[in-house]
Amino acid sequence: MRRRKRPAVLSVVGLGFVALFIVWLGYNLVNDPTNFFNIFLIGLTQGSVYALVALGYTLVYGILQLINFAHGDVFALTGLVASSLIVSTFNLDETSSALMIVGGLGATFLIAMVFGATVNATIELVAYRRLRNAPRLAVLITAVGMSFIVQNISLAFFDVNFRSVPSLVPDSDVFRIGGVHYSWQALFVVLVTAPVLVILRWLVQHTRQGKAMRATAQDPEASAMMGINVNRTISFTFLLAGALAGIGAVLFLVEFNVRYDTGFELGLIAFTAAVLGGIGNLYGAVLGALIIGMVQAFNEGPFPLATKSDWTRSLVFGILIAILVFRPEGLLGERTPEGA
Amino acid sequence: MPRRRDRARASVRGHRTRLVQQSGLHRVGSFWATLPKPVRTFSPAIALLAIAATYPFYLANLPSGNVPLIYSFPSIRSAVTILVFTTMAVGLNVVVGYCGLLDLGYVAFYAIGAYTAGWLASGQFQQVKFHFGSVGITHDARGIHISIWLVLLIAALITGLGGILIGLPTLRLRGDYLAIVTLGFGEIIPQFVRNADSLHGFDLTHGTFGISPIDSPGFGNTLHTAVGLPASYQQEFNADRLFFWTALGILMFTIFCCIRLRDSRLGRAWIAIREDETAAGAMGIPLMRTKTWAYAIGAFFGGAAGAYIASFNAGAFPSQFSFNISVFLLCMVILGGMGSIWGVTIAGIILSWLNVEGLANIGTWLNDNIFPQSHQIEVAKYQFGIYGVLIVLMMMFRPQGLIPEARRKREIEEGGGHGPLDDPIYEMRGADEPGAGERGSPGRQPHG
Repeated sequence: MRRRKRPAVLSVVGLGFVALFIVWLGYNLVNDPTNFFNIFLIGLTQGSVYALVALGYTLVYGILQLINFAHGDVFALTGLVASSLIVSTFNLDETSSALMIVGGLGATFLIAMVFGATVNATIELVAYRRLRNAPRLAVLITAVGMSFIVQNISLAFFDVNFRSVPSLVPDSDVFRIGGVHYSWQALFVVLVTAPVLVILRWLVQHTRQGKAMRATAQDPEASAMMGINVNRTISFTFLLAGALAGIGAVLFLVEFNVRYDTGFELGLIAFTAAVLGGIGNLYGAVLGALIIGMVQAFNEGPFPLATKSDWTRSLVFGILIAILVFRPEGLLGERTPEGA
Repeated sequence: MPRRRDRARASVRGHRTRLVQQSGLHRVGSFWATLPKPVRTFSPAIALLAIAATYPFYLANLPSGNVPLIYSFPSIRSAVTILVFTTMAVGLNVVVGYCGLLDLGYVAFYAIGAYTAGWLASGQFQQVKFHFGSVGITHDARGIHISIWLVLLIAALITGLGGILIGLPTLRLRGDYLAIVTLGFGEIIPQFVRNADSLHGFDLTHGTFGISPIDSPGFGNTLHTAVGLPASYQQEFNADRLFFWTALGILMFTIFCCIRLRDSRLGRAWIAIREDETAAGAMGIPLMRTKTWAYAIGAFFGGAAGAYIASFNAGAFPSQFSFNISVFLLCMVILGGMGSIWGVTIAGIILSWLNVEGLANIGTWLNDNIFPQSHQIEVAKYQFGIYGVLIVLMMMFRPQGLIPEARRKREIEEGGGHGPLDDPIYEMRGADEPGAGERGSPGRQPHG
């Protein structure tokens, strides 16, 4: 009987936390609607970037059951490459003509995607593929090692300084209703992310390779028997994850600076998002990323009881731990026999 | 004569060759075999210990500066740090090596230990004045000052309790989730100590400045005048040596405990869980309790080591506790061989030496002797990249570690493990052969 009772108690406590958070949000909405909507839009922007990285974690986890620790560092390396493309190769700044900016950014996106995809797939080819029959612990530890290697590659080529790009997308407002304003930069992030997600959905749901991916994720052995080239499918998954990280990195650059170790923390946040949504579930990753983006934005916003940016990291990891304790399968995940 | 041949057979254990039989090595081996078993078991360890314990005495006679590759031998101060980090690695080995639980946040235990020492043996809490067996401070010093020896124990116990608290919610999760949750704790605790300088106006950790100074160990004036034990390490002229010998003692104690634990009922339960969690559960091993014990005991040693190094550095600073330290300790366990105490000890000493001064020294030597003035390299800058390469290479080519534990080696070679993290991702022996998945014609591929 005790066994049945415990999860119930746990979920009540978990729901209690969620209820408290919603009450807090509601209070802020009534008390300070202007800031509420402003912060909401910031959270939406941040969440979109997180979503692109979180999808990479979730895709790889879905197919290999591997937490690809190196993913965040691939993101950072791609961001650094993109920053040097924009600043040095294309020489873009605020004064460049609109055509130049559109063309340059488009090319940067394309190169960043190809670069991220190549690096990610190379990591799989070099490090993970040889360990396909090794214990999971070995692969996981290798992933940690690869993360350090990629981080040090960034360090070797780009040194310890933060890289930023001039604000190519104007910072001016798209609209302003009362005190609520929405900048072009934020809109740009969402405008890029949304179609990418639609294309990703189409890729996974409707193409032959996507079907192979889903089949391999379900049962690699049976898929191999059915004639799916499992290794190629896994490589494709890493390519896809790397390309998404590439897009995410360029979008990140629009608003933030990148350094060799940016990817570590961002990767952890994105991974938290993927777990929150239910790892292995694509919609879950996006939902989780939006929630984490919101949590971060609201925590750093001017609200009572918000703990400010000093504590954001603790808060995000606190959520991660809470999720794993209260609902290990995540918001949209399915309960598995192993419990997580 | 036949007796002698028997002895020879026993000594070289089946690897008999004519060469060995005729060489002096054979005579040494046969002499070795006549010694009683306890001597054979313990003398190498005792010899190593003697070499280590007398290190401060002959260090001055060793060549320093431009020794090939290593440039110079570590100073006594570095040696203390090396020993303390090795102690932590041996503690982590209980969690990762014995029980097979991947812990990526061991630095949290280090931090808890160091800060417990900071709270209980410094002037951090100016509001109170409490002295208990403390040495080397004036009588009217404010704050809590408890004897460091007691603080080591208290810190270890508190950290062990912390290990249980971290373990309870997370240990029922599958291995890789456990890794990420421990990583989360390893990130939260340093951020906590960095930010907890004004919790509703209360200064708990003194923020980024850390807690300093922390009291030094010692035996007090009574024992000093009676038997000549040092009154307070920090005030002795050979303070570093005293710290060195104490650190060596702590390491020895940890190694001793870990060996005894490994052969105990609890230790065998850990290894059973590592090998096959389901079978272990079916045999009646309480999984949660056993895993929690592994966590608590691993944390215990981490906490003691953390408290000791805080006392040695006379301070605990938040910048000491980064994720890198967790990976660095994990690296020692992997390099030495998971579960192998001696392997972990040796890998711990080598890697901590690399970390403390080795990489910088090697870099200096390479720059002085190999690389031309125009192409100097910064080895120390890429130290974690180097560890990353080490980890990946070890996992690919020698997953059992440099000095593998016999049982763990068998597990890896036979692939029979079913522990929390032992099942391979894909059990398809033929999957990486070329063309393995391409046998079916396109028409037979699944649709939908």
